Amino acid sequence: METGGIMTTQTLGVEKSRERIKTRINMGMGMGIFLLPLIWMDTTTYFTLTVAGISLGMLIFLIASGLTLIFGLMDVLNLAHAAFFAFGAYAGAAVLNGFDSLGWISTASLPESLLYLVSALLAAGLTGAVLGIATETLVIRKVYGDHLMQLLVTVGVSFVIVEILKIVWGVNNEVVPVPMGFQDSFILWGVFIEYFRVVAIVLGIGVFAGLQFVLKKTKIGIIVRAGVENREIVKTTGYNISRIFTLIFAAGAALAATGGIMMAVFNQAVDPGMGDQFLIFALIVVIIGGMGSVTGSFIGAVMVGLSFNYVAYLIPKMALGVNFMIMAVILLIRPKGLFGKE
Amino acid sequence: MSDPILSLDAVHTHIGRHHILQGVSFSVASGGATILLGRNGAGKSTVLKTIMGLFPASGGKIVFKGQAVERKKTHEIARMGMGYVPEDRAVLFNLTVEENFCLSMIVENEKTHERLNEVLELFPALKKFWKTRAGLLSGGQKQMLAIARVFVCDHSLLLIDEPSKGLAPIIVDQLGESLLRIKDKTKVILVEQNFNLARQVGSDCFILDDGRVVHHGLIQDLAEDKALMKKYLGIG
Repeated sequence: METGGIMTTQTLGVEKSRERIKTRINMGMGMGIFLLPLIWMDTTTYFTLTVAGISLGMLIFLIASGLTLIFGLMDVLNLAHAAFFAFGAYAGAAVLNGFDSLGWISTASLPESLLYLVSALLAAGLTGAVLGIATETLVIRKVYGDHLMQLLVTVGVSFVIVEILKIVWGVNNEVVPVPMGFQDSFILWGVFIEYFRVVAIVLGIGVFAGLQFVLKKTKIGIIVRAGVENREIVKTTGYNISRIFTLIFAAGAALAATGGIMMAVFNQAVDPGMGDQFLIFALIVVIIGGMGSVTGSFIGAVMVGLSFNYVAYLIPKMALGVNFMIMAVILLIRPKGLFGKE
Repeated sequence: MSDPILSLDAVHTHIGRHHILQGVSFSVASGGATILLGRNGAGKSTVLKTIMGLFPASGGKIVFKGQAVERKKTHEIARMGMGYVPEDRAVLFNLTVEENFCLSMIVENEKTHERLNEVLELFPALKKFWKTRAGLLSGGQKQMLAIARVFVCDHSLLLIDEPSKGLAPIIVDQLGESLLRIKDKTKVILVEQNFNLARQVGSDCFILDDGRVVHHGLIQDLAEDKALMKKYLGIG
């Protein structure tokens, strides 16, 4: 039997200060990883790798944030996420190719380049959202709560999407035209920084801030968090939970798709299987950060991006492996991830 | 009886292969509290879940405010003015007390804000923990929040499932006082195992046994009928 004792403000204060200490420990762990490479490299190299790492981290965050919504919040094992990523890359690349055929890409100034990128991002995002709505309503809705079935059906969806990409665009890599304005760079503290990296960082931070705002400060965010925690309460309160879950899934797929076109511009190429490698990164990020935590995904993505770049410079063969090591260490210390709820 | 706010006519519910409700029929009028009593497994919670659309009725008719609702979805029934407090502290643990209330206010206007102030007067402890995650509240406070967050809406009918379950006697007393004030404003159907609490809150009562209504009458009369109490409730 519960004692029914009243929670006092004093015991509540202790709980809150415990939470604050835990957060500080998490931040300290992250900072330690950021600073360790300074032992083996000069500050200019460190700064160059840090900017590159953060921008890579932000690109990974775009796909991971979508996965956080679908896998972390909705508890749907979605292996089609990589296919949404690839489809978004192709949809965005088609828009950029369209501009290129008009001769606009090779002469674009920085503002024009941004405009073209925004167009490509919108195309990718809309394509991803439509794919997400179709996948959730036709496939996922029937398998909520059944992880094995989710795994099987989303692998099937992934095959279908990738085959469509191959039929429409072919099986080989396609070159993605990069607007001229993004091929320039500027010098900061003796380090060359490409404009596209800055755009990636700004977009990543923007998406993070936007997600945090929507989830924490708006009514729809409250409904989403409530729906994830207890569907029955949300239904009996008067909200159409099916529509809410379709909305979350579509948002997650749209984020994967926008991540796809950003990565396509970053790598200047697309291929039908391009999502697979980044899905692994995204899964690592979601697990490191803690299931369902957008803040955790953001911190995790920065950690993965930075550690990948630092280690690729110091011990190239260990670049991918180091992320698995970080994941293993964090899970040993905090089994629910950095920001996962106990 | 004046026009009933809710009536069930030969309602059947199957859960998997199990035939839980086997033709439940009863009507309740507006105002006051109606109590559903019965042993564990009699089908009391299933009645509430079937009314709310959480379990589909496999037969029979449920009419709420003159409309058949047995084929409606849960959120549609809720929007018609039916509130539901499930058993086991039905609050959203990861949301703050404020966010739990915000979720409940489907429409936010002057009237709902007035009602919120009223509710906070009824449950002053919740005001103190306004920005606190509901998961950090004590068992009694969670139950208060579970009831208060539903009561904040202008519902015509509240279905409350075993609110005293697992609570210490002193908290049950406080709960009883709150329920008395709630039933003055909104019709309540209360499922309750604690007979003393049930008697304190309601007058009209139904007893369920093996998925059927086996008795209807005043709870005061039932309290004096030791044989009936022993037969269907195992008390006395």
